[in-house]
Amino acid sequence: MALAHTRRLNKELAEIHAGTPVGINLVNADTFEKWLFTIEVMGTSEYEAKKFLLMFRFDNTYPISAPAVQFVVDDTHKAPVHPHVYSNGHICASILGREGWSPVLTVIAVCITIQSMLASCKKKEPPLDNDRYVPRAPENPKKVSISLMVSPLLA
Amino acid sequence: MSSDYEYSDDDGDYYDEDELMDQDDQVANHSADSAPSEEEMDIDAFDLPTKGKQKSYHIESTTLSKHDLERAMDENIEYIAGIFGIEPEVASILLRHFEWNKEKLTEKYVDNPTGINAEAGVSAKPNPPRSTTSGSSRSTRRTTPASSRSKKSLSVEGPFVCPICFDDTQTRTLALACSHKFCTECWTAYATNKIRSEGEFKTTCMAEECTLVATDSFIQSVLATDLPTFDRFKELLARHFVSCNRKLKFCPYPECAQTVSCPAAASKFALTTIIPIVNCGDEKHKFCFACPIEDDHRPLICSVSKLWTQKCRDDSETANWIKSNTKECSKCQSTIEKDGGCNHMTCKKCKYEFCWVCMGPWSEHGTAWYSCNRFDEKESVEARDAQSKSRASLERYLHYYNRWANHEQSAKLSMDLYAKTEKKMEEMQLTSALTWIEVQFMKKAVDEVFRCRMTLKWTYAMAYYLQKGNEKELFEDNQRDLEKAVEDLSELLEQPIDTETIGALRQKVTDKTVYVQKRNEIVLEDSAQGYLEGRWKWNTPVEGFD
Repeated sequence: MALAHTRRLNKELAEIHAGTPVGINLVNADTFEKWLFTIEVMGTSEYEAKKFLLMFRFDNTYPISAPAVQFVVDDTHKAPVHPHVYSNGHICASILGREGWSPVLTVIAVCITIQSMLASCKKKEPPLDNDRYVPRAPENPKKVSISLMVSPLLA
Repeated sequence: MSSDYEYSDDDGDYYDEDELMDQDDQVANHSADSAPSEEEMDIDAFDLPTKGKQKSYHIESTTLSKHDLERAMDENIEYIAGIFGIEPEVASILLRHFEWNKEKLTEKYVDNPTGINAEAGVSAKPNPPRSTTSGSSRSTRRTTPASSRSKKSLSVEGPFVCPICFDDTQTRTLALACSHKFCTECWTAYATNKIRSEGEFKTTCMAEECTLVATDSFIQSVLATDLPTFDRFKELLARHFVSCNRKLKFCPYPECAQTVSCPAAASKFALTTIIPIVNCGDEKHKFCFACPIEDDHRPLICSVSKLWTQKCRDDSETANWIKSNTKECSKCQSTIEKDGGCNHMTCKKCKYEFCWVCMGPWSEHGTAWYSCNRFDEKESVEARDAQSKSRASLERYLHYYNRWANHEQSAKLSMDLYAKTEKKMEEMQLTSALTWIEVQFMKKAVDEVFRCRMTLKWTYAMAYYLQKGNEKELFEDNQRDLEKAVEDLSELLEQPIDTETIGALRQKVTDKTVYVQKRNEIVLEDSAQGYLEGRWKWNTPVEGFD
């Protein structure tokens, strides 16, 4: 699948260069391992005038399985405060999990999903189990065992 | 060790008669064969205390091979396929969706076949879930204009381009009934990923939000060149089937492909009276059908065994530490650790001042600051009494725990010892006139010691929870007799072996082994009967008991 993986990302990148949806901008796609985007929520919302940095990491199982997607948290960037976003940048969204991912989904489709997830947020609060999850979470969100990320789905 | 003489419960009334007949058989056998071989003797020994009678502690179970299991699945599938006149493959997907509950499936399917077909992924959902209120997805997935737009751009007219890998040279494509076409290679990669990485037997269509489930023959065709993965797929199906059936369990031993069926242990209530220790046909693969404690935890039932292991995990180390490093304040009973050299203690909680050595009040110590010679003063005696009372429950627990742990340790040590003995036995076989069968008595003895120590171990856990009274005393008498016999046999096993004395030693060990075996059977049989008769009362609330 290594070839398919490269071909697929090449194709997606070509489409991205041709134009991205409003509020989503490519920052860096120098390798086929890691891409960075900025995400901005347009219109009035809890996150008005805020820019977040979204990181995609691909292994050679992409697009058969989902990429690892998270918000970048460092000295200059913060994760949005949202019931489905942990303070370490990990995102709880079904399309990034085993059940919800479909190989026809694309990087841009994921960006749009996350953008609309932020746009529809009514109350800025961290996930219920943020304090329990963050200290135990692995660095890569794809390596999280299912049982660890549970409460946002119930919330 | 299943007995050759098995009775159904109904035969109980005619019991004595049958037993007599069995004994007659036995006698006849022996007279016909005047010199029974060593092996035959040992088989007899197994049946000693309850000859010809099915033991209460022996729980019936049967073993299913991989093939048997597949046949059991097929029977269910054919049954459903027959009732509704549907393809077996469809019936199979429906059954999996209903966790192999035939009754529930039948009931629901009669009511609403179309709805169930869609729900189980047999047919495409009538209205693709474009609406925002899809009840089942608790997720953040949203249908966005862009994702449908990107889809459009992916499927261009003209030569087929797989929307996943964008390879336009692919000529072989596949689609489920929903007609979402993808190239064969992507299908293979997708199914392999589901089965291998995710351990998931349900592979749905790769299109976004399409819930159609791939049939087994579709999976087979996609994995045609990768048989090991297809086998893994079948294994996942079998595992799911077993996990849905309370009467079935996989043998937990690694690499073992057998399944055990134990209908007696299927109901939770039954577990207050039986301990379903079963094996998959291989005597060494012994496990408890009902609980995750892999040990043979007879004679203690699952729920109490669980209490005990939990307690040991939580308490034993802490309790030992508390016992050796702390004392309780004679006034407020707070546990105090002495962290300095001075014997003048002031309780942090109630500010009571006392002497660490005699536990009496410090005020009586006058100026003897660093030594205490007042051990017999009335007040300090009383203080120590109170102290010992509060320590009693801890002591009690440690009494049982230490014996429990000791039997486990000793069982391990006896296996180690045997490893050494075995070598010696092999040598003796070469240097003396002894035959192979004649040097096997040590192995039998060690195995028996191991088995009995496992029983003994759990009798201590049981005794810890048994309510005081005659029943407990009788139980402890049996326990003591077994323990004594086991210790005697263990001692014999440690005797030096040499050619001159081996004959006598062999006789002694063999006799003792038979005796120990008998004592073990008595403990197991009596406790099993006790459960059936409701004789055992616990000193702590146990699920299923009043």
